[in-house]
Amino acid sequence: MENQALLERFQNYVDAENKIEAKDWMPDGYRKTLVRQIAQHAHSEVVGMLPEGNWISRAPSLRRKAILISKVQDEAGHGLYLYSACETLGVERDALIEELLSGKAKYSSIFNYPTVSWADIGAIGWLVDGAAIVNQVSLQRTSYGPYSRAMVRICKEESFHQRQGYEIMIALAKNGNEAQKRMAQEAFNRWWWPSLMMFGPSDSASAHSGQNMAWKIKRHSNDELRQKFVDMTVPQAEYLGLTIPDKDLKWNESTGHYDFGEIDWTEFNEVVKGNGPCNKQRLQTRNKAHEEGAWVREAAMAYARKQEERQAVSAA
Amino acid sequence: MSNSNWPLWEIFIRSKNGLAHKHAGSLHAADAKMAIENARDVYTRRMEGVSIWVVRSSDIVASSPADKDFLYEPANDKVYRHPTFYEIPPEVGHM
Ligand SMILES: [Fe+2]
Ligand SMILES: [Fe+2]
Repeated sequence: MENQALLERFQNYVDAENKIEAKDWMPDGYRKTLVRQIAQHAHSEVVGMLPEGNWISRAPSLRRKAILISKVQDEAGHGLYLYSACETLGVERDALIEELLSGKAKYSSIFNYPTVSWADIGAIGWLVDGAAIVNQVSLQRTSYGPYSRAMVRICKEESFHQRQGYEIMIALAKNGNEAQKRMAQEAFNRWWWPSLMMFGPSDSASAHSGQNMAWKIKRHSNDELRQKFVDMTVPQAEYLGLTIPDKDLKWNESTGHYDFGEIDWTEFNEVVKGNGPCNKQRLQTRNKAHEEGAWVREAAMAYARKQEERQAVSAA
Repeated sequence: MSNSNWPLWEIFIRSKNGLAHKHAGSLHAADAKMAIENARDVYTRRMEGVSIWVVRSSDIVASSPADKDFLYEPANDKVYRHPTFYEIPPEVGHM
């Protein structure tokens, strides 16, 4: 049993919008939730490099290629910021990586979908990074200091990601020829629903959300964030001349929001369980990269040790 | 945990001359040189810094949160250390 007085003091401190720092006392459940959530977030940034990496060598121009490399490099950085934030809670980086590689840890399901055409790269930047931004802007105010600071840093870098994606979509959907327009619409059809799923189960089905909101780990509910994303994105799709693949989508005068159709939660659960189109491939690729990099990690460490020994000898 | 696990480094960055180095985050690297190179790649990709310090995390000695009272108490009961403790007549003007 955790001390009731400590729990109360913690809750009051959080209620007053104070940030918790690594060495402060925190409830076990708070620490566990954070480790799981931040690690999942970090894994998502890392695995998220794969669908886009697929198009680096085939980007349609040198400009697009340089931009895409830069974006993917940012995602690697985001993974690092988040792993670092997670490590402040007392977990080792190696243990986190191990959980990803063994398939034990989860990452955002969106990255288990394939990128079959160049338009998918536009759709990902616009929709997937767009949805991630909505979530991450909210998390900037999370109660755990290191997580919050990582989010602030990430948000500063994200906005270029979405804009470069939208620019690709403009080139194809607005200024492109018929074939390019079709390609853009098809990509949009592929990514629209999975993007809405990125916000997670609906509030009525989400198990831990009450406690996480009380601890201010989460600041807005899944459904609130999803609605925000839909409201922002529909006019952007209209500008591009794209049709939203949802017959139930319509403006609701009385709520001031867009109504939209039911999400296919069966598909969502299947992908979470590992049965999405690319789950196996993503993990295989990560494992291969990790194994093939093992000798580099060992050699660098051996070199560092040797340098240290040499210095010790010459100092003696 | 393998022995080839790279140690953790804390990264401090001076964003421009005239400002102090500020903690930016941490990363793993085999040695100090690699820590600086990696810090440049991850923390200064958009001209966020003109100088980088790297310190092994294990070399940092931190106060413990339990010492908070001991750190703040002297400030709390010595209010005369603050300028607002003193009353200066309005006729005297800004001081
Ligand atoms: Fe990211
Ligand atoms: Fe991004």
